[in-house]
Amino acid sequence: MTTNAAVLDRGGMDATEVGMGVYNMKLGMWVFLLSEVMFFTSLIGSYIILRAAHPEMFAQPGEVLAVNLTAFNTFLLICSSVTMVLAFAAIERGDQAKLKMWLVFTALIGMGFLGVQVYEYIELSSHGFVPSVEGYEAAGAPLYGSTFYTMTGFHGFHVFVGVLALWYLVIQAFRGKYTANDHGAVEITGLYWHFVDLVWIILFTIVYLI
Amino acid sequence: MEHAVAHEGGASTKAYMVVFVSLAVLTVIEVLIPTQFDFPKMMQIIILVALALWKALLVALYYMHLRFEPRRLKWMVIAPLPLAVILVLAVLTEF
Repeated sequence: MTTNAAVLDRGGMDATEVGMGVYNMKLGMWVFLLSEVMFFTSLIGSYIILRAAHPEMFAQPGEVLAVNLTAFNTFLLICSSVTMVLAFAAIERGDQAKLKMWLVFTALIGMGFLGVQVYEYIELSSHGFVPSVEGYEAAGAPLYGSTFYTMTGFHGFHVFVGVLALWYLVIQAFRGKYTANDHGAVEITGLYWHFVDLVWIILFTIVYLI
Repeated sequence: MEHAVAHEGGASTKAYMVVFVSLAVLTVIEVLIPTQFDFPKMMQIIILVALALWKALLVALYYMHLRFEPRRLKWMVIAPLPLAVILVLAVLTEF
């Protein structure tokens, strides 16, 4: 029992049974993320199939989408992942000052990502690249815009939700709510945030580079 | 961070930074492949997908701490991945 308690204590959460060997909130987040795997797989899978079936309707890398701008945005998201994990490492040591600092950085960088994405959307739509059945003449057909905005839009929405969660963590951190023994919320929000980064890694390759 | 190898078998700050640099470098390589090199399309796709999976694995193992989780949780995470692949491949063979 002592061993189990020690294992379960990692996030400082109480747990009534051993189960997976992690506290319930963390297990719940993992199960949710696995359902997200299937959600994004269906989107990415549909894209791959539509593109394979109608290659003439999609542009080559860099022809329509700005690869460099998005590469910069990818870098932003990678930075926000490292700041998130540093926030987690800080509170594991009980360092509340560093926790607050890294959480604020993470939230700000996340907002930066969204800002760049909004800019990208405005730029693309002003050049006629819209999710419309009328299609995008230069790229050939409607599928390109529809699939692009569906995938990047759903991902952007996930980032938006993550940013909200991060600001909530920031507020709670400034209230001194998290300690070395009680920071499960920081860990599971981190899991979500890293997952959103992971999805972007795949999307960036599939949508922008291939 | 004082202790290089962190408590409870988790990753160290040094490991986090190594992963960060790896992700950044791999991203640069990814961007160069379609823009600077003239590989055949299929080869390009294989390299890019492999690099993306490598990056995704780094994030999952180190930033999401999967490497340090109990084996049961690892299997739970791995379980749906073949299903995700089947979902795409099964439909891909339809045309």
